[in-house]
Amino acid sequence: MNAITTDNAVAVRNVYKNYGDVEALQDLSLDFPKGQLTSLLGPSGCGKTTLLKIIAGLIPANSGEVLVNNQPVSGPGPDRAFVFQDFALMPWASVLRNVAFGLELRGVAKSEREAIAEKYIGDVGLEGFENSYPHELSGGMRQRVGLARALSVDAQVLLMDEPFSAVDEQTRRKFQEDLLSLVHNENKTFLFVTHSIEEAVYVSDQIAILLPRPSRVSEIIRPQGFRNKDVDSIRRDPEYLDLVDRIWVSLRTYVE
Amino acid sequence: MKVFGYQLPNMSSLILWGLLWEIVGQIELPFCLPPLSAIFTTLLEIGGTPAFLKALRETAEAFAIGTTAAIVIGVPVGILMGKSRLIDELLLPWVNIFLSAPLTALVPVLMVLFGFGLTAIVITTALFAIWIIVLNSRAGVMHINRSLVEMAHSFGASPFDAFTKIYFWAALPEILGGVRIGFIRAVKGVIIGQLLISIVGFGSLFELYASNFLMKHFWAVLIVLFALSFVIAEFLAYLERRVEYYAARR
Repeated sequence: MNAITTDNAVAVRNVYKNYGDVEALQDLSLDFPKGQLTSLLGPSGCGKTTLLKIIAGLIPANSGEVLVNNQPVSGPGPDRAFVFQDFALMPWASVLRNVAFGLELRGVAKSEREAIAEKYIGDVGLEGFENSYPHELSGGMRQRVGLARALSVDAQVLLMDEPFSAVDEQTRRKFQEDLLSLVHNENKTFLFVTHSIEEAVYVSDQIAILLPRPSRVSEIIRPQGFRNKDVDSIRRDPEYLDLVDRIWVSLRTYVE
Repeated sequence: MKVFGYQLPNMSSLILWGLLWEIVGQIELPFCLPPLSAIFTTLLEIGGTPAFLKALRETAEAFAIGTTAAIVIGVPVGILMGKSRLIDELLLPWVNIFLSAPLTALVPVLMVLFGFGLTAIVITTALFAIWIIVLNSRAGVMHINRSLVEMAHSFGASPFDAFTKIYFWAALPEILGGVRIGFIRAVKGVIIGQLLISIVGFGSLFELYASNFLMKHFWAVLIVLFALSFVIAEFLAYLERRVEYYAARR
């Protein structure tokens, strides 16, 4: 697989974003190759979630443009689906309705959308929990619901905002492994915000390091050697270990 | 509550107060307080009479229309105030004024505007109930989890979808709390309306019994009224508990 020549699912061009006098993003440009997982990694306050929400169309940029499949976008669209850090599940709705909610908003008929939702509930490993309510599930299971909801609308681009930060360490590892097979099996583009260096190196085809005040892309790293290895040997791969170390060295000065 | 290791049923204290009432009534200290047993006997006597049933029907009708109007108008207005800064700035002073205003003093104005019929009574009832419903709905929306709103937005929800599928449900625990307090205030409103505007319904019974010093009858109607508002409040509190499980988890 030659990643460099693939075209981009998402491209960010010269985006500026201010919050009052605070410059959150300054002249930020970044490409997200189709079918791959790109991580946005950086210390807190570096604007990675802001960038993701601008791409999602949830907040407007002050200037610059976001291209999805080479088309400029200005708001949310069916080509992108968002996975939220705090899951953003409706506590009054069952797992089935939560997963089908994206389709419900698009006006898909009830029987059809529930059939699709059931398929993805099974895919994320929650079969049998269709009629449970979010408060009856663990954090990890709730995020699986959030993931199934994003998958069920069949968007080309999945935007994930620190999706695993609110789940425990073991669940998180399992999620990361599942994410790798998801990227491999689904022909989708993943944008992944994280503040964990290990996580970024473990799951990414491309890592964009963002530095704060004002935010800019300081470096783009593409792990080469271990991407096609099986999930168990990645963490022992010398390139994996070197990358984690190298990124830490470049980030440590920004950590208070 | 537990006494000597026994779990007392809810509201056991009512038995104690009822007993005290009976004793005070029996020794005939204040003439306006007949014994509780005599009041219940009177209640059974007048409870089935056409005059009583007519009064109950008139009061229930005005109450039902008034509270329905308060909910139908109050909940959407409160949600809109919680959603939109502009609408909030425009309406909040008025809501706060009317919430604390002595509405009874406004009833003559309502009589001038809407006459002496059911309309004025219904509006009085609604005016007593609506403000707290508005404020609570507003508070419910203001506490909504931002990412739920973003979620609906990112999946393409129209403003109407967001209103009916997210805001309303997210604010439902607070809305129900407001409706419960609003209903209790509406009981006050409907009786004041029926006393001041036109002497109908329970208002007319109170007027009749009080002016003729029929204290047993007076208390009997009052107890029916207490019981009705208690049942309504408890039913709404039950609904509140049903949705409470997600109030803390938004």
